[in-house]
Amino acid sequence: MTRRPELRNHQRDLYYFRLRLTVGGSIALFLFLILLARFVYLQIFQHEHYQTLAEQNRISIVPIVPNRGLILDRNGVPLAHNYTAFTLEITPSKVANLEQTITDLSALVEISAKDRKRFKKLLDESRNFETLPIRTRLNDVEIARFAANRYRFAGVEIKARLFRHYPQGEITSHVVGYIGRLNDADLQKLEESGDFPNYRGTNYIGRAGLEQSYESELHGTTGFEEVETDAGGRAVRTLSRTPPTSGDNLTLHLDLKLQQVAEQAFGDFRGALVAIEPKTGGVLAYLSKPGFDTNLFVDGIDTQNWELLNNSPDKPLVNRAMHGQYPPGSTIKPFMALAGLELNKRTPSFGINDPGFFTLPGSSHRYRDWKVGGHGFVDLHKSIVISCDTYYYGLAVELGIDNIFGFLSHFGFGKKTGIDIEGERTGLLPSQAWKMKRFKQKWFVGDTVSVGIGQGYFLATPLQLAVATATLANQGAQMQPYLVRQIQNAKSGGVTPIAPQTVSTLPIKAENLELVRNAMIDVTRPGGTASRAAAGAPYAIAGKTGTAQVVAIKQGEKYVESRVAERHRDHALFVAYAPAENPTIALAILVENGGHGGSTAGPIARAMFDYYLLGKLPARAAGAVEEEEGEHD
Amino acid sequence: MIRRLWLLLIRHIDGFLLAALSATLLFGLAILYSASAQDLDRVLSQGVSLLVALAVMWALANVPPQHLMRIAWPAYVLGLLLLLGVALFGDISHGARRWLDIGVARIQPSELMKIAVPLMLAWYFEKRERSMRLSDFAVAAILLLLPVLFIAKQPDLGTALLITASGFYVLFLAGLGWKVILGLGLSAAAFAPVAWSLMHDYQRQRVMTLLDPAQDPLGSGYHIIQSTIALGSGGIFGKGWLKGTQAHLEFLPERHTDFIFAVLGEEFGLFGILLLLTLYLLIIARGLYITSRAATMFTRLIAGSITLTFGTYAFVNMGMVSGILPVVGVPLPLISFGGTSMVTMLLGFGILMSVSTHRRLVKH
Repeated sequence: MTRRPELRNHQRDLYYFRLRLTVGGSIALFLFLILLARFVYLQIFQHEHYQTLAEQNRISIVPIVPNRGLILDRNGVPLAHNYTAFTLEITPSKVANLEQTITDLSALVEISAKDRKRFKKLLDESRNFETLPIRTRLNDVEIARFAANRYRFAGVEIKARLFRHYPQGEITSHVVGYIGRLNDADLQKLEESGDFPNYRGTNYIGRAGLEQSYESELHGTTGFEEVETDAGGRAVRTLSRTPPTSGDNLTLHLDLKLQQVAEQAFGDFRGALVAIEPKTGGVLAYLSKPGFDTNLFVDGIDTQNWELLNNSPDKPLVNRAMHGQYPPGSTIKPFMALAGLELNKRTPSFGINDPGFFTLPGSSHRYRDWKVGGHGFVDLHKSIVISCDTYYYGLAVELGIDNIFGFLSHFGFGKKTGIDIEGERTGLLPSQAWKMKRFKQKWFVGDTVSVGIGQGYFLATPLQLAVATATLANQGAQMQPYLVRQIQNAKSGGVTPIAPQTVSTLPIKAENLELVRNAMIDVTRPGGTASRAAAGAPYAIAGKTGTAQVVAIKQGEKYVESRVAERHRDHALFVAYAPAENPTIALAILVENGGHGGSTAGPIARAMFDYYLLGKLPARAAGAVEEEEGEHD
Repeated sequence: MIRRLWLLLIRHIDGFLLAALSATLLFGLAILYSASAQDLDRVLSQGVSLLVALAVMWALANVPPQHLMRIAWPAYVLGLLLLLGVALFGDISHGARRWLDIGVARIQPSELMKIAVPLMLAWYFEKRERSMRLSDFAVAAILLLLPVLFIAKQPDLGTALLITASGFYVLFLAGLGWKVILGLGLSAAAFAPVAWSLMHDYQRQRVMTLLDPAQDPLGSGYHIIQSTIALGSGGIFGKGWLKGTQAHLEFLPERHTDFIFAVLGEEFGLFGILLLLTLYLLIIARGLYITSRAATMFTRLIAGSITLTFGTYAFVNMGMVSGILPVVGVPLPLISFGGTSMVTMLLGFGILMSVSTHRRLVKH
């Protein structure tokens, strides 16, 4: 072998090497072209998309929560307002070890077991990336102490927050209601209704009472701040700002002083009171006793207080005025009498001889009058004044259930009154159709008898009784009861009054109205069942007492108040309006286990009228009731 | 006298390569200044690394290739021993055993292997040049896979793959049969499911993230999402130097090291990227030119491998940042902050220059 083939070999090798090098270089070039295509795609075709994403990264929209509107009584006294306080807040997503952080914080700021518990509860319910308060209402010393140690606590900060406060918490609890922290269910509802964007940054929502029903007015419009932030979420600078619009202020018909009079007059009794301006339906006082401190609910009520309230035999959380349903008892009699007159079943002079009981033809069952032995001769006037049962047993049978149902419907019984807070119940105005539906039974005449004195199936809420009484005072025109008299726009200051709404108008003969009214006036005069209520009053009160049985009394047995356990005693009822000739206030009062209407509920009504009509505050209203209570023991 | 010193200085420097490298390095310093939030100290520290790396490059350029051949196998054996040391006594950092504490400093032997493996393989083929057989490729493959397995075990899959690539380029340029290459490709595809089952969770996660970064936007997908946003929002002309919002508001992670390319793309746009791609291609082209004119088997193979590996580094980093390759810890060559990779990279270019300038002096 010479050099020749070796040389050829060498050149061939070099040729193949260069070929391979070219392949390698081409592949490299090809891969770079793929990259270039990718960059062209990202930077030209998808540029706008990524531009937006970069802006979203960079600019975060920080919601500015609007001030919640105030709730004021008719004289401008705040029932719900806001105050600023500093809270210590933790963003759990930014804290590595929550327990340790809280323990470290507690060295600087007092953190009670209750605070920890509440925080844990909030943590369970919270949305991600939310900041949660571990302590509210920090004092100056605590703020200073934390500020000096802030560097040690990433994800913990002090924030100035507006807090809702109810200065009249317990007295107005069932009217004003309260707000509570937003939970998942609320968020879902907000998303469905499309209101969610306006609740960004908001932590609270109305849960009960006016806070709930006027949520959309009270909440206001959330403002926004465009803030440039870095990846750590720290704000670098503000780019633009859209200020929030505060919620509207609500001014009520309710008179806080009157409400306080009612509260005091009730003393330790449980019960409900609703006072209405007959001409408009404006609610002047609305009380459900006992109430509760609504402030407890604002930041999530702790378990201990919740159990205390929820398990109390006094049931302070129940809104008795609209949720409690009671037999209206004798308070129904003026309406029955009016029905008798209007439907020509009774004349003023027609009377019965009351033996103390009523029997249906062909039956031996005795429907007893409250007075053993009866009242003797009883006409329409006397039947109201002394509250004769026998008169109304007969009248009810003669009217028949259909007429009773039709007539009483016009006064609002058996249906919601339409008041502007939620949770109202309908009560029960029985009818043939109702009984068929409910029990699959036809109506018996015997059922009608007890309806005549507001017993049997008949149930009404204290609110319904107040509306019916106001309708009577307003000569048959039923006004829808409402609490909010005007809504004030917080920004413009403009006031939108809320117009009274007429629900139905029943033309009633003036002379019939006068007959019933005169009888009701005599109820509060000597000889009437509520004579003590009006004694010495410089104005006339038209009223009617009532008693609602809590436990049934057996045939032939006598109800003796002192022998019955306190909670089984009858509920006392009283409906009234004043001044009788030109009524400006109508009310219904229910005193649970209060016994007889005239003696316990009557004085409460008197205290209300004295204040509302004369501006007179009761000297010792609470004492007077205590004295009355003494009679029961 | 000065003239002689100057000549001595530039005698073994490839002017074209030095110009392209210098342009890239200066561009890199400008980007680093922005990426490190105008931290001059960091730029200065990178500048110092650069000077060291350039000195190493100059030194290597002055070493004739035949001297390099002599250190090939000792470097390889030393590297292998160090890898063994790492496997037995290595320090664990970030869940991987990569570092070896040798008293004065902590070293990362896999970095050494990036150069030692192609050197060794090129040396081996040079020795077998006259009578090359298929069995020689098998031996070369074993020489390649031995260190790669150690490195993959650390685990450092990215480096292992890149060393495999640099070794494969040597085999390819040495004339590995096309059929064998095809066969390797097919068996790699067949082996993929097995490899998947052998991978660590975080490695699988990276592959899954590549396929759908949105599935874990705050976790493993975060890097890719933020870097594509940075690139895309840069547009054609970019947001301007020091004005990248993704970079300066800290949305972009590892922005001065592995993800520095996203800063470039955001601030200088497609034009900036085209500039860098052009510089890279010029360097690669020059490397290939030097390779094609290299006189010996050894110089051809080592120069070719260094050039193609450089291109691979650039491609893998840019592919990862733009979201078409999984996230592996590969720096952007000549740009990313970091002394070690800079030295390794310029050391390679020193060898290229040596090959380029010693060509005529080698007798054959």
